[in-house]
Amino acid sequence: MAQKDLSVTEIATIPPTAPIWRRFSPLQRMARFAVYLAVVMALVWSVRNVQIIPEFLYDAHNQMADLFTRMWPPDLAYYPTTVHGALIETLHIATLGTILSILMAVPIGLMAARNIVPFRLVNEFAKLILIASRSVNSLVWALLFVAIFGPGALAGTIAIAFRSIGFVGKLFSEAVEEANSGPIEALIAAGASWPAVLIKGYWPQVQPAFWSIALFRWDINVRESAVLGLVGAGGIGLVLDTAMNFFQWTRVATVLLAIFAVVIMAEIVVTQIRKRLI
Amino acid sequence: MSTPPSDIDQLRARAFAPDWRLRAVWLGFAVYVLYAAGQLNFTWERFVVGIDRGATFLGRMFPPEFVRWQLLVEGLLESLQIAIIASAIGILLSLPIGLLAARNLMPSAVTVPARAVIALARSFHPIIVAIIFVKAIGFGPLAGICALIFASIGFVAKLFAEAIEEISLKQVEAIRATGATFMGVVIMGVLPQVLSRFIGFATYQLDSNLRNSTMVGIVGGGGIGGTLFSAFRRFDYDFVCAILIAIIAMIMVGELIATWLRKTFQ
Repeated sequence: MAQKDLSVTEIATIPPTAPIWRRFSPLQRMARFAVYLAVVMALVWSVRNVQIIPEFLYDAHNQMADLFTRMWPPDLAYYPTTVHGALIETLHIATLGTILSILMAVPIGLMAARNIVPFRLVNEFAKLILIASRSVNSLVWALLFVAIFGPGALAGTIAIAFRSIGFVGKLFSEAVEEANSGPIEALIAAGASWPAVLIKGYWPQVQPAFWSIALFRWDINVRESAVLGLVGAGGIGLVLDTAMNFFQWTRVATVLLAIFAVVIMAEIVVTQIRKRLI
Repeated sequence: MSTPPSDIDQLRARAFAPDWRLRAVWLGFAVYVLYAAGQLNFTWERFVVGIDRGATFLGRMFPPEFVRWQLLVEGLLESLQIAIIASAIGILLSLPIGLLAARNLMPSAVTVPARAVIALARSFHPIIVAIIFVKAIGFGPLAGICALIFASIGFVAKLFAEAIEEISLKQVEAIRATGATFMGVVIMGVLPQVLSRFIGFATYQLDSNLRNSTMVGIVGGGGIGGTLFSAFRRFDYDFVCAILIAIIAMIMVGELIATWLRKTFQ
C-alpha cells in the first residue's frame, strides 16, 4: 500500500522480497488493537448495564432550563450578609490547609527521595503514605475528620492538609531527586553537616519547584475547599447546601457566582506570583 | 589570604546582608496564620479532644466488615460505568471544543466563547456540578455522568487547545497548499502532531473521572459514594472502612491501567 505513489519504473526496481516499512511492530499493533477492543467492550458493557431512566434523559434539557430560570436573577443582597464571611472562611481553610500540608509533606517527601535517604525500605514506606493520601478524596477525608473533630472549619482544614500531602510530597521528592549532585558533593567534601547540605545544597536547587508546587496546590485547594461544607466541614459549601435544601435558587446562584469569582481570582493571583517569583 | 580581617567582615556583611523585605513578608505570613487560625476557632483543646475521639473512631473501623459485599460490588460497578461513559463522551466532546479554542487556527470570535465554556467547566468542582445536575435531572447515575462529562471538558479541552497552539504551522501550511479543505487540514496537518499528547490527557482524565465517580454519590449522583455516605450516617464505621479499602484498590488498579495505556501509545 505504501508503494502506491511510486512510479512504475521505481516499483520495478524494488525486489519482491524487500521488507515493507511499517510504523509499528506486530506486537505493538496487536497491543493497540487490544486496547481499542477493550475500550469498545467496556463502553458497550457500561451503556448496557448502567441504570439510567430514559424519561429523565429526554426531559433533561427542560429541567435544566427550568432550574436556570429559577436561579435568575441572583439574590445579590444575600452576599454581604452570609456569603462573604463563608467565602473568607473558605480561603482561610485553603491557605491554612496548604501550609499544614507543606509542613507534613516536606519531611515525608525527603524520606521518599532516594538521594536523601539511602534506605529502600524507608523510601517505600514514605511513598506508601503519599499514595494513601492521594487515593482518598478530599470529601472522604472531610467526612473522617468531621467524625473526629466535629463539624466546622478545623475538620475542613485538616482534610485539605491530609489530601494535599500526597500531591506536594510526591512532586517535592521528585524535585529533590532531580537535584544536581555536584554542589552536594562539594559541600560534603568541605565537611558540611547534613543540615547544612540540605539548606545550602538542596534547598537553592529545589526552591523554584517548591514554590511552584505550593502555589499550584493552593489553587487546587481553593476549589476543593468550596465543596467541603457539603459534608459539614465549613466554608462556602455549607451556605450552598443550606440554600439548596430550602430551594432558594436565587441564593444558590449568588453562591455559585461567588465561587466562580474567587476561583478565577485565585488563578490570576497564582499566575502573577509565579511570574514574579519564578 | 592577604585581606585584612576588617575587610573580610565587611565582605561577609555584604554577602549575607539581612533581606528585611523578605523578613517582613515572612512576618506578615506568620501573623496571617495566627489571625486565620483564630478566625476559624482553632484551639488546642478541640484538637486534643479530637485526637481522643479519633482513637475510638479508628478502633471502630477495624476490622473492616465485608459481609455486605454485594452492595459494595454493585456500587463499585456503577461508579466504573459512570467513569467509562463520562470519559468517552467527555473526551469526544473535548476534541471539537479544544479545536475551537485554539487561537492559532480560529478567529477570536470563535475562541472567546469556546474559552469561556472551558473556564466555566474548570472553575467548578465536579461535586458542585453534580449537585446541580442532581437537582435538575434527578437522582441516579445520569446526573453523575453529566457532571463528569462537564468536568472532563474543562480539563481535556483546555490542555488540547494549548497543545494545538504549540504545533508547528509548517505542516499545516503544506497541507493547505495542496488545496485541502479545512477538515483535511485538521485531520492531516493538526491531529497527527497532537494526538499522542491528547491520548496522555485522555488517560489522565479517565483516571481522574474514576476517582470522582466514587464521590458523586455523596450528593446523589450514583455510584459507591452514596453507599459510603449512608454508611457514615449510620455510624457503620467498619463498613465504611471496607468501602474505603475497595475504593482505594479500584483507584490503584485504574492508575496501573492508565500507566500501561500511556506506554502502549507512546
